[in-house]
Amino acid sequence: MTPNPTIFTPLLIASLAVFAWGCWKRLSLISLGKPENRFDNIGARVGEMLMYAFGQKRVLAKPFGINHFIIFWSFIILLVANIEFMLHGVFPWISLTKLPDSILLPLLLLLDIASLLALAAVAVAAVRRLISPPYPEARTIEAFFILSLIGILMLAYFGINAAKISRMQEGALVIARTWMPVSSVFAGMFAPAAGATVYSLSWWAHAFALLAFMCYLPHSKHMHILTAIPNCFFRRLDKPNTVPREEFAVGNNFGVSRVDQYSWKDLLDSFSCTECGRCQKVCPASITGKPLNPRAVVHDIKVNLLENAGLLKKGEQPGIPLIGGQGEGSVSEESIWGCTTCGACMEACPVFIEQMPKIIQLRRNLVESEASFPEELLNLFENMEGRSNPWGIAPSERTKWCSQLDVKPFDKNTTEYLFYVGCAGSFDSRNKHVSVAMAQLLDRAGISWGILGKDEKCCGDSVRRLGNEYVFDKMARENVEIFRERGVRKVITQCPHCFSTLKNDYRQYGLELEVIHHSELLRNLVQDGYLKLNGISGDLGAMVFHDSCYLGRHNDVYDAPREVLQAATGTAPKEIGRNRNNAFCCGAGGGRMWMEEHSGERINLTRVKEALEEKPDTICVACPYCLTMFEDGLKDVNADGVKVLDVAEVMAEAALR
Amino acid sequence: MLIVACIKQVPDTTQVQIDPVTNTLIRDGIPFIVNPYDTHALEEALRLKDRFGCRVAAISMGPPNAEATLKKALSLGVDHAILLSDRVFGGADTLATSNVLSAAIRKLNSDVDEVGLVLCGKQTIDGDTAQVGPGIASRLGYQQLTLVDRIVDMNFSGKIIRVSRKLEGRHEIVEAPLPAMLTVVRELNRPRYPKVPMRLAAAEATVEVWNNQVLKLDEQKIGLKGSPTWVSKIFSPDRAVGEILGDGNSDPEGTAEMLIEKLLAKDMLPI
Repeated sequence: MTPNPTIFTPLLIASLAVFAWGCWKRLSLISLGKPENRFDNIGARVGEMLMYAFGQKRVLAKPFGINHFIIFWSFIILLVANIEFMLHGVFPWISLTKLPDSILLPLLLLLDIASLLALAAVAVAAVRRLISPPYPEARTIEAFFILSLIGILMLAYFGINAAKISRMQEGALVIARTWMPVSSVFAGMFAPAAGATVYSLSWWAHAFALLAFMCYLPHSKHMHILTAIPNCFFRRLDKPNTVPREEFAVGNNFGVSRVDQYSWKDLLDSFSCTECGRCQKVCPASITGKPLNPRAVVHDIKVNLLENAGLLKKGEQPGIPLIGGQGEGSVSEESIWGCTTCGACMEACPVFIEQMPKIIQLRRNLVESEASFPEELLNLFENMEGRSNPWGIAPSERTKWCSQLDVKPFDKNTTEYLFYVGCAGSFDSRNKHVSVAMAQLLDRAGISWGILGKDEKCCGDSVRRLGNEYVFDKMARENVEIFRERGVRKVITQCPHCFSTLKNDYRQYGLELEVIHHSELLRNLVQDGYLKLNGISGDLGAMVFHDSCYLGRHNDVYDAPREVLQAATGTAPKEIGRNRNNAFCCGAGGGRMWMEEHSGERINLTRVKEALEEKPDTICVACPYCLTMFEDGLKDVNADGVKVLDVAEVMAEAALR
Repeated sequence: MLIVACIKQVPDTTQVQIDPVTNTLIRDGIPFIVNPYDTHALEEALRLKDRFGCRVAAISMGPPNAEATLKKALSLGVDHAILLSDRVFGGADTLATSNVLSAAIRKLNSDVDEVGLVLCGKQTIDGDTAQVGPGIASRLGYQQLTLVDRIVDMNFSGKIIRVSRKLEGRHEIVEAPLPAMLTVVRELNRPRYPKVPMRLAAAEATVEVWNNQVLKLDEQKIGLKGSPTWVSKIFSPDRAVGEILGDGNSDPEGTAEMLIEKLLAKDMLPI
């Protein structure tokens, strides 16, 4: 059976209709989401899309990325061949061969090579899924079905061309061997007499594979072929280290309990997920055996949307709850509370899905609308609201850490920097040492600095990440008011959580501060000669440095703390296996500092063990939470000889001797 | 059936300091909170509401800014919030206070619904007398059940309540007819956390204020005039200077032994 427009045309039209209907049915659901402006700064967006969607920058960051890169670009190139194929099937007079040789021949070579590369990449992908899939659940029939379809498409493409070559005369044959080398090899595999049969079989195999792919695509994770590119275009151009504000007015919804309360971009995210599993492989909760799996959260949002779409469109209540139901389409409360907001998932996602804000939206609903949260958070919330610190200690105790020092209050007219000590630096007995070290270093460097003392309030990081936006909003407004009143412009923080909150979250309240983390300031003070290093900080032995998520991943500060350690000790700290933007959380972020860890291995123990593999004598950190988590973890593994020090303490040893 | 929770606005005592010169509380800038024991009384009232569908009124006597305390109660779900505020109520001791509160409860009983239960915290953290609850019960002629840590059984139709009282070293199960007044301890329950929609509604709601024109009490029985007791002096007791054993670093075992000997010598360790 040769190509036959009377048979192919209706099949093509039907398949296109099924494809279009499938796409429309799903993608139109995105409009159920809430409005959100992702159309600003179009130039930058196009650039991001070119780099990450077409350039596949993040895909290539992992070993098998190159495989995907090949399939992606082969698909783009082979679009030419496939469009020609469909047009030719309907209108047989349309053909690439009408092109002049100077264009046609290089194009044929390109298509030939692209098909071979795609075939090889598909084979590699199939073997990988069979032998060592990215995660066990990735070994699905769907995956193999799609890979087979692509394989058939490529083989059929060669079959069609090989059949054509087999019928060529000597002169044309030479040209074909040069410009279609792979197809020519296939042509040598059968007798020229079989050419017509091979042609028909290949043509129809290609036709059916192509049409099947088209019909199936919208119903599978391969939908990402269509959505990943716009998803990169609509990505957050700044770092996704904050969550949007909420408006506290009677009648509003708080957080998300129904899928249509997410923004349209959240819903687009759910259709863009390729289920590659890179997020779950870096998620501290997933890795340590907690129920949270960021890939599953995004998948459940999609399933929930698809299952509830009919009801939601009619304005009725959804049938499947988004939170707390059984099975697919629902996210369990335990998953929601498992997130440390470390941002590793978002850093790993090749298509810029924003998992963390989605989880915080679910937390907001639980806290604000349901008052349902792990019981240990009740005290935290009340302490934060009542006394503006996590422990509920009297605010009058905020200055106890500096009772032996001569610390001046911040003065609008004479002080340059506000040293925002933070709750841990003010109240936690271990972290008070860091505050003292910082105070001494600032004095030694001759910096003009002061504190707010008893008037300092908690920045609200934990409550915001825990979804208690109402309390955060109150705290943020209060702080913004204090900073404005006191004329604070430059702030030093020793806690990456204060750092990120003051710098990024308070911007939503119209407060632009110059916030500097103490590691950056200390680095600058050494570089600019304000801090003279009188001696090299000794007896620290082998050092490793652990990146804090809110300093590193969320704010891209990686080098400053390392440079401080290098300057203070004369040697660069050793790196822990996972470091910099790939660093593993200590387990305390996202308000997890104040919660119990009921299932799986403790996150801080996992990280402590990883750090101990480098055989350090000192573990250096740049965050009070990390300091606490490491000290606790070291006690648990009985690593008595190993010390944990903040970078400021290391610097103090070198500069204050 | 109406349940009344009596709540009081108190200074956050962990943040209160005493002026060494005048021996009075330094109240400037000290935040106010709902008396912690009262939050448990309120919570129990709300739980009974959830269970039996009865209505809950929260009442508080205090200055106008005590409205915040009642707004908190509204945000937690009470049906009525009434502030008993009048200059003539000021300076009241526990007797005068219980006169005003019991008058308000009587008014609720006649105007709103039959009062079945009055719930109070076992004491306040500023006055610490634990007298107001029992005072209310006496004035109203209600049964008084103090130090309740569990409601064992509640039978509104049969007008019977059975509770567990937390006494030193033992519990006591007591049954009483309604109406009754309970003072409660912290072990009774875990107070709920307010939901945001309720907080917003509470912020917009107006708290009803009853002054003495409403309650019409004899001015000799309320406020300073109606108070046979008054505070003559407030002071921090001197504390004996402590002693530091060891250097906090070396020889923890030796230091611990020294500590034990000292405690034994002072007869502070049971043997």
